[in-house]
Amino acid sequence: MATETATATGGHVSPIALEEAGVCVDSAGGAIGLPQLCPDWMGNQIFWLLVTLVVIFFVLSRIALPRIAAVLAERQGTITNDIAAAEDLKVKASEAEMAYEKALADARTAANEIVAQTKADIKADLDKAMVKADAEIAAKTAEGEKAISEIRANALESVKDVAKDTAREIVAVMGGKADAKTVNAAVTSQMKG
Amino acid sequence: MATEANGAAEQTTGLVFHPMDQFIIKPLFGDGAVGIFTVTNVTLWMAITVIATVALLVLGSSGRATIPTRMQSLAELCYGFIRKMVEDVAGRDALPYFPYIMTIFMFVVMANFVGLLPGAFTTTSHIGVTALLAMLVFVSVTVIGFVKHGAGFLGLFWINAAPLPLRPILALIEVISYFVRPVSHSIRLAGNMMAGHAVMKVFAAFAPMIIISTGIGLVVTPLSILAISAIYALEILVAFIQAYVFTILTCVYLKDALHPAH
Repeated sequence: MATETATATGGHVSPIALEEAGVCVDSAGGAIGLPQLCPDWMGNQIFWLLVTLVVIFFVLSRIALPRIAAVLAERQGTITNDIAAAEDLKVKASEAEMAYEKALADARTAANEIVAQTKADIKADLDKAMVKADAEIAAKTAEGEKAISEIRANALESVKDVAKDTAREIVAVMGGKADAKTVNAAVTSQMKG
Repeated sequence: MATEANGAAEQTTGLVFHPMDQFIIKPLFGDGAVGIFTVTNVTLWMAITVIATVALLVLGSSGRATIPTRMQSLAELCYGFIRKMVEDVAGRDALPYFPYIMTIFMFVVMANFVGLLPGAFTTTSHIGVTALLAMLVFVSVTVIGFVKHGAGFLGLFWINAAPLPLRPILALIEVISYFVRPVSHSIRLAGNMMAGHAVMKVFAAFAPMIIISTGIGLVVTPLSILAISAIYALEILVAFIQAYVFTILTCVYLKDALHPAH
């Protein structure tokens, strides 16, 4: 395979000689056979691979991996904390809701009490006012009745006087000598009847 | 594959097929030989892999935000993905080895993805790289097994559930399969990466057909571009899946070391 390759790429030196001399590249710069199997290049690869691996290992184990681990742990912690905080808030919220319900119920009870109280107060006031008003009305009625009876009495007196006078005058006009006392008695008895 | 490609190149003059040239290791500075410490394209692309890893995991997480940014999300996703894999596959007592497994995963997944950039060099397509990774896993897992359980680790090969006469045979098979692990572990990754990239290059070589022959090119060039796109999409999938497979197998081997009893 190596032979043919070298021929095809135009190598002038015998490829076998080149390989024996430890050369893996022909005169045109092409590969002879598999470059992977060239023994001359192995040492170089092994050395640089070891350097690379050591560098990567130290960078990873000293810097990158602890840092990423810390970030992941921190994030896990943050998430755990946040979940705990959320639980707390949830409990607080339900507590607040219960307190609110309780306050609402209390307020309702208090309102009912106040309503009842007010109702009772109003009723008492009303009753008092009624009693007072009744009393006033009674007083006014009594006063009125008194005034009316007075007026009636006055009127009766006046009627009596007028009747007496009129009777006396009538008696006088009819020519009788009217005894004042008799006339008055007659009038009074007539008026009673 | 190279043979066939080059054969095609000879027939259709002008098309150049070098699907394996992308795997050549070159010095970045100068033209000298590639020694052990030479700065090569391997160095460059491994450095880019490191930079990409640092950018994602270190810069991405630098905000330390409780509500993450997109980059931080991605970094946390990688972290959580591998950590869960280690925990689920290898057990909780494997967590001390998590940074080690994370290193392997980040290197493989980043190298695979970075290697998909046009013009990139894919470090994980080299058997030398994946073999070393697999050997590191194999050796460390074996050492952990013996340190944790002493000779009891050999119980991994001695299956008590099987009938007694069968046990030696099974033990032989188990031992062989145990030592084949690093081979399959490394070749699976390198083979997948190499094959995909080589196929893409072969299709790419057909794309300039329209310059050579308009008639054939009208058919071949769009087909070639379509094929490259399709293979590229597949390779994106493969890049992740192979990194995932490599890592989960590491976890499985680690589980065997931590809990050798069947």
